[in-house]
Amino acid sequence: MNYLNIPYRIFPLGDSAITVDFGNVIDEAVNNEVIGRFHQLKNYPLHGMIEMIPAYSSLTIRYDVCTVRKNTTIDITAFDWMKNKLDELLQLPMSAPQTSSRLLQIPVCYENGFAPDIKQLAAIKNLPVEEVIQVHTAREYKVYMLGFLPGFAYMGELDEKIAIPRKAQPQITFPGSVGIAGKQTGIYPLRSPGGWQIIGRTPLKLFDADREDPTLFQAGDTVKFYSITENNFYEIQNSLSFKRGDWSKV
Amino acid sequence: MSLKVIKAGILDTIQDMGRYGYQQLGINPNGAMDKYAMQIANALVGNDLQEAVIELHFPGSVFRFTQPTLIALSGADFSPSINGVPVPLHHCIAVNKKDELQFNKPVSGARAYIAVHGGLEIKEWLQSRSTNLKAGAGGFRGRNLNKNDELLLKSKNDFCYLLQGNDSKILPWFAGFAANEHSPEIFFLPGNEWEWLTEESKKIFTTTPFVITEQSDRMGYRLENTPLITLTNEEVVSSAVGFGTIQLLPVGKLIVLMADHQTTGGYPRVAHVITAHQSRLAQMKTGDEIWFRLTDHQTAEELLVKQQQHLLQLQNACIFRLQEYLHADRY
Repeated sequence: MNYLNIPYRIFPLGDSAITVDFGNVIDEAVNNEVIGRFHQLKNYPLHGMIEMIPAYSSLTIRYDVCTVRKNTTIDITAFDWMKNKLDELLQLPMSAPQTSSRLLQIPVCYENGFAPDIKQLAAIKNLPVEEVIQVHTAREYKVYMLGFLPGFAYMGELDEKIAIPRKAQPQITFPGSVGIAGKQTGIYPLRSPGGWQIIGRTPLKLFDADREDPTLFQAGDTVKFYSITENNFYEIQNSLSFKRGDWSKV
Repeated sequence: MSLKVIKAGILDTIQDMGRYGYQQLGINPNGAMDKYAMQIANALVGNDLQEAVIELHFPGSVFRFTQPTLIALSGADFSPSINGVPVPLHHCIAVNKKDELQFNKPVSGARAYIAVHGGLEIKEWLQSRSTNLKAGAGGFRGRNLNKNDELLLKSKNDFCYLLQGNDSKILPWFAGFAANEHSPEIFFLPGNEWEWLTEESKKIFTTTPFVITEQSDRMGYRLENTPLITLTNEEVVSSAVGFGTIQLLPVGKLIVLMADHQTTGGYPRVAHVITAHQSRLAQMKTGDEIWFRLTDHQTAEELLVKQQQHLLQLQNACIFRLQEYLHADRY
């Protein structure tokens, strides 16, 4: 993986968090930088840091103001201290790429009952439904970030041929529903109102509170979809061992 | 050895300081809406400040104790009573076996807290006892409290001797400074997209009141005022948000994110409520007015440090009083 020297800007996210912004874009190289820096800070955490939230093109660090201030002189705010530390750190090159190198193969049933929006998408894009499926399963996608719902992965980049804006009105969406919004694709881990165009459903459980790792995806993962029949869907659903690591044998 | 729900409230959950470390997986932090009040209640009964408590909305649950214990109430004043006799907030109260605690009417505030001496026996999920309603995990079975739920108490101490046959007893210490300053003033720091607002909109933001609408809950408060206007049509690529983040919706209205907020968002972040004022905000309800006041990092951090110092002082004082009292009473 190639790390560029991407210019960044640091701004406060309130009084207890700080964001490093690499440019307000959806771009794989920028996201690699975010995830690389995320792993770098995970290995060398800053004093008072509580957690990090990597996103498309930004990395946010939550910190404990009282802990940080105990270590600083009265003249400097916790925010300034964090900002200085981050500036120092961002001058350093990252060592070996530490992003996830996992490739996750995700079975998806694109048949009617599971794909309420696929026909309309095909019609708008002037493609046969089969080609929509073929295009969606052809590429490997990168998990840029997780957000919105527990375990919801924002993936990209989608082929322009099947890119379509989200719905005007969110609708109730079932767990496992695979959606498209612009040039992103993603899967709803939980039943939720959602605005993404639903083109299929996976029988895999993307979120399970009882698993040691409750979510299937992590930022940095690579994902490839493959098409299954409705029968396959129920077979997998019934036979699945949901532990992470086991699912890939499906 | 428990606290039993004999009548369910509208939305009562187990909460603590929140679940941090998992937002990178899209798992929101939850936690008490008013963490200051939560910690005061814990301090009063001699607990670790971070111990899990019950957060109540009005109408709240009715509870029955199956053993004598110590409790403290804080946050909103829902006119609490034990066996029909009013009891005060911000005191340590010894309660007896079979006592019934109920909340009679909403007097002030929006969220009340009950801390029990020693804490509740609640299993941690991802290092926190807070309830995540969306994921159906954490807290008491991942949901709000229902009739017949039984919350086990960690402490097996028998405080029967304190009561000397009384139903309940107000112990002689309280948190004086705790009484919430019910001020509509909420301090904020500018957000990254603050400069997107027109001068006129900034003026509206800082000089006119915003009213909390009915579309307000633990996830966030939607606010009503003249729609605000931005100078740009630029979009924000999804990025982290937090408790207190004030987002500008496309219709020009504001939403303040609260304890159950999503981890990331794509609306302009025009401002952030300072942490020290989140407690005040958490006690506001539909129809209340908010007046936003611009502040700076130095002030925001100092107010937060001061709150923390108050809590630690209170905790030390309460532990001392509790030891002294228990000792004196026994011998």
